[in-house]
Amino acid sequence: MSPGTQQQLEAATGEETMTICAAREVRDGQVLLVGVGPPNAAANLARRLHAPNAVLVYESGAIAAKPVRLPLSIGDDDLAATADELVSVPEMFDYWVGAGRIDVGFLGAAQLDRFANINTTVIGPYDHPKVRLPGAGGAPEIAAASREVIVLLRQSKRSFVDKLDFRTSVGYGDGDDDRSKLGFRGAGPQVVITDLGILRPDPDDHELTLVAVHPGVEVDDVREATGWDLRVSETLDVTAPASEDELRTLRELRARAGER
Amino acid sequence: MGPTVLPLADAVAQHVADGDTVALEGFTHLIPFAAGQEIIRQGRTDLTLVRMTPDLVYDQMIGMGCARKLVFSYGGNPGVGSLHRFRDAVENGWPAPLELEEHSHAGMAKAYTAGAARLPFGVLRGYAGTDLTGHPDSVAAIECPFTGEKLTAVRAVNPDVSIIHAQQADKHGNVMLWGLSGVQKEAVLAAQRAIVTVEETVEELEPRPHAVVLPSWVITAISVVPNGSWPSYADGYSVRDNDFYAEWDTIARDRDAFTAWMREHVLEAKEVARS
Repeated sequence: MSPGTQQQLEAATGEETMTICAAREVRDGQVLLVGVGPPNAAANLARRLHAPNAVLVYESGAIAAKPVRLPLSIGDDDLAATADELVSVPEMFDYWVGAGRIDVGFLGAAQLDRFANINTTVIGPYDHPKVRLPGAGGAPEIAAASREVIVLLRQSKRSFVDKLDFRTSVGYGDGDDDRSKLGFRGAGPQVVITDLGILRPDPDDHELTLVAVHPGVEVDDVREATGWDLRVSETLDVTAPASEDELRTLRELRARAGER
Repeated sequence: MGPTVLPLADAVAQHVADGDTVALEGFTHLIPFAAGQEIIRQGRTDLTLVRMTPDLVYDQMIGMGCARKLVFSYGGNPGVGSLHRFRDAVENGWPAPLELEEHSHAGMAKAYTAGAARLPFGVLRGYAGTDLTGHPDSVAAIECPFTGEKLTAVRAVNPDVSIIHAQQADKHGNVMLWGLSGVQKEAVLAAQRAIVTVEETVEELEPRPHAVVLPSWVITAISVVPNGSWPSYADGYSVRDNDFYAEWDTIARDRDAFTAWMREHVLEAKEVARS
């Protein structure tokens, strides 16, 4: 590692590293279902780097959108104007998401458990919530039917919990072969990317296992930010540092989004 | 029989009653804000509000006390964060408690398509394994009669009145909208009555790509309200006011700031001032 690269690394924030790692998971030509926030940045970043033929699908009905700037909402006028096809919301969820025509679904979460189940509904009891969150949106069916799922969220004891306050979307249920018992067609979350590192499901029981930490992050930092006894891979990697190209492209994307 | 063309205030006065189930649709695009604000001005209460993405329009209506119940699938400010009035109603009962019936987008879309088809329920391969199944009046597990597969039934939604915003109506009362078309066709066809606000009226509609045309005989009333979807947008007429969506976060966070904004910009504003 050259000193120059090291300097770039210190400049990357945890969230930037998270977004860049998510972009790296995308393979050229894949069909991506993209929501707002970091997933939106990651998918658009991948298209500008190694995956120029990635197809961006937004649940608002825009298929193969090619936004010039980073859209704020999933229904920005730029998405509609650059899409190959626009479909209604019922068609989007019936023929495209539900039928399994999405390769990779990106999801965020407020809470996540050891089997990558997701809560985006409430913090606290449902009838008297401490925090009322937006709710399900498209996530439950994206989680069930996409060929793969990438989950992005900041890691802390508040977000990585032993038990969800509400199960909005299913990762691996209670583990093992729960997904197939539930009748899901997609493979489920293949990776969970946080601002601290990368977790992947165990091939057998599907419990999340820490497989990499971002540069400068210690395993104990990750354990400290996890609300259960975290499984750690015996062959733990360190994430490749964000390259100058990756960082510059991401920042340009975000700067352009702020212009309007 | 075609729709009546009349001022928005008259359309709301005649077709939206206290206690009605009301759907204002438009998925990020063509959200009928002006109509929502007219309902607020006329002081409608006890409404069951149906909408996939409550967005700022229902944040305003909930905060002003129009709603008794909300049927929805995503209650956030897209790309910005929380809907603070919605949160305050659910978390603290301000200004009134809000009953919730919540779905996924796929479930809401199914409820509307079943409603439009006048079927009792829609079917999807969803909700399994989630806590979204906790509404027995609207969600139930069923078995496919042909394959035995376990599926989910969602009860149809049939609003008393649906309200949408579209780009154009012609002199016959046919309506055309284009761009992201959301679930508006289904919302109109599922409802007993339909009000459409439009950017403008034209002699004849000209066919264009991605257009949805709703024939005059499925529409009850049309009102001409230019820019009636601000701060969302009407493809071909305006762009989304992303800055306002961000500002709303500050306005709606505080009860007094919200009330003051609504008084100045809605209660004391005239619908005609917009055009």
